[in-house]
Amino acid sequence: MRLQKATSFALYAVLELAADPARQITAVEIAEKYGISAHHLAKVLRDLGRAGLVDAVRGVGGGYRFAGNAKRLTLMDVIRLFEDISADTTEPAPPAAGEDIARGLSFVLAELDSQTAATLRSISLSTMLKLIARRPWAVEVEPGPTRRVARR
Amino acid sequence: MARRTVKAPRTEGDAEMEIRTATAADVPGVIALDEEVTGLLKPDYWQDMFERYGARRRESRFFLVAGAAGRIDGFIIGEVRAWEFGSSPSGWIFAVQVRSRLRVHGLGSRLFAAVCDCFRDAGVDRVRTMVARDNTVIHSFFRSQGMTAGPFIELEMRFD
Repeated sequence: MRLQKATSFALYAVLELAADPARQITAVEIAEKYGISAHHLAKVLRDLGRAGLVDAVRGVGGGYRFAGNAKRLTLMDVIRLFEDISADTTEPAPPAAGEDIARGLSFVLAELDSQTAATLRSISLSTMLKLIARRPWAVEVEPGPTRRVARR
Repeated sequence: MARRTVKAPRTEGDAEMEIRTATAADVPGVIALDEEVTGLLKPDYWQDMFERYGARRRESRFFLVAGAAGRIDGFIIGEVRAWEFGSSPSGWIFAVQVRSRLRVHGLGSRLFAAVCDCFRDAGVDRVRTMVARDNTVIHSFFRSQGMTAGPFIELEMRFD
């Protein structure tokens, strides 16, 4: 799946800040680290502040600080502030002649949406930070009966 | 029957809580705990579970309980499964329960760590499980232990 830019920026920011809740970081510092637009990130951080996920600290040495509960806040909680990734139920009704095929495809796509939503609801920021530290994408994987080794 | 206390990381506040292999005397406590959590009384099911996973083939089947002073506050059940659709031997967890008021204090993590120790001792290098898609609590619990999506997909078909 692809997330909108603002959503990705929000996830970068909350994970970066949640990794060390005592630390204050500026939007520019986060933007430089991730190679993204500081202007766009500043807007995203304002939205995160309005949602109570980050606190803005003004003045010299100011910046942003994580204000949420990393054990309770899930990836879905952050994502849904910026976009709706639930199944699209607002599609216009399919033409009668192609109804079965259209409904069949929608059924399969809804299965994917449901899986995606369940995954994002189950991963807290704290779990995500542990996963990042563990780097599971860089270790051996087992795709069924044939083994393969992914290199770091 | 041998009582094996398994090693598992402890957290502050539950130092007196022991995690060990279940015995027949623990079954009523397991039944009561499950009833308290699920609202369903299933004595025959848990008696059968104990006979299958607590009393036989104990080198590859693990029924662990957590408790103190004769009280059961949590349990976890798993077994080593192998070669289902090409899956190499792995630990499989199919039940875990912790008394509601004791949740988020590390007991579930200790039970998970304990059963993983049993799986390692049995010679497997990974653990798998299956959770209901809408059961965010248990899904989040397994995620927090480090579990991620595996290489298999669960499918079902309804008989009409």
